[in-house]
Amino acid sequence: MAIRRTYVRPMAGWWKRNAFFKRYMAREVTALFVAAYALVLLAGLARLSQGHDAFEQWLDGLRSPLSIAFHILLLAIFVYHTYSWFTIMPKTMAPVVVGGKRLSNAAITGMGLAASAVIGIGFFVFLKVLAA
Amino acid sequence: MPDTRTIDVEVLRYQPGEAAEPYTQTFKVPFTDDMSVLQGLQYIKDHLDGSLTFRWSCRMAICGSCGVMIDGVPHLGCRTFLREYFPGPIKVEALSHFPIERDLVVDAGDFIDKLPKIKPWIVPKEPRTLAQGEFLQTPAQLERYEQFSHCINCMLCYAACPQYGLDPKWLGPGLTALLHRYNVDSRDGAQAERMDLVHSEEGVWSCTAVGYCSEVCPKAVDPANAVNQNKMASAVSFFTRFLKRGD
Repeated sequence: MAIRRTYVRPMAGWWKRNAFFKRYMAREVTALFVAAYALVLLAGLARLSQGHDAFEQWLDGLRSPLSIAFHILLLAIFVYHTYSWFTIMPKTMAPVVVGGKRLSNAAITGMGLAASAVIGIGFFVFLKVLAA
Repeated sequence: MPDTRTIDVEVLRYQPGEAAEPYTQTFKVPFTDDMSVLQGLQYIKDHLDGSLTFRWSCRMAICGSCGVMIDGVPHLGCRTFLREYFPGPIKVEALSHFPIERDLVVDAGDFIDKLPKIKPWIVPKEPRTLAQGEFLQTPAQLERYEQFSHCINCMLCYAACPQYGLDPKWLGPGLTALLHRYNVDSRDGAQAERMDLVHSEEGVWSCTAVGYCSEVCPKAVDPANAVNQNKMASAVSFFTRFLKRGD
């Protein structure tokens, strides 16, 4: 019998080989931006504990053009984060049966996206009313 | 041949003993609209280079032998048509994440060795005599595992799973789907034994929910769903075990 000499292909740069993998990596990277924004909010909490003036300073900082540009960028990234995770959501759940029929993947994703849109916009309106 | 067109087929070739590394060889393949990529490979073997090595058997997407990477995407050669890639060129390689044995043939030993570990058969929940008759199942009970029973062991999902490529210890999408198929079968009683494998180092926690396995499956099985349902089962089992520790 001939000696077997198999060839193992390298994995370096695997995620660049396929558009699906690139989208997956983009989804994973969005988590870092979510963490970064949690730090921004945490900084606000720390400033709040230091008193009124400190908190106002933090708020002024948020109103700077650089901060607004950062927030617009984050908003776009968070929208992709939400979209990409609700797209994979049907794959993470046991089948949902409604009225004897299995709910389609598209219905689960659609409901998740609709719920995030309603909650997101609802919260924005709530804050606007609160501020008025 | 009527309505024949020609396409360049770039095949990744590897011949141990003759070349240290794989190389690409291009063949000009005449094809008709009804010709699959597998038939293109057969044309090459019959008319251009008899040394080209590849696996195939049924030609009808049920034996699971002819899986190859076509333009970087895992496909069954028999259910992928050359016309879809015209004017080409079309690149055909051995399935990703497996060692190449020769040309388009991969070493599937790892998959075959793992297969019996998941006990891919029904272990009856209770011993029954013939006189007691068959196990009955409702349509709802069938629905829970039916799609997972369509797996043909073609390993395309492994070629789609970067986590398997990075660490082949991982049981992988296909076998987890098959494990799930038996675990959720109402007639089966070996869930506890299979769950040991689900919780283990080789088990479901190697999955990072890329989800490409379910995209490439030629039989519309959803291995990513089987894996992630078992993450939930594994987590629930871990925490209930923790709660029961005082017993």
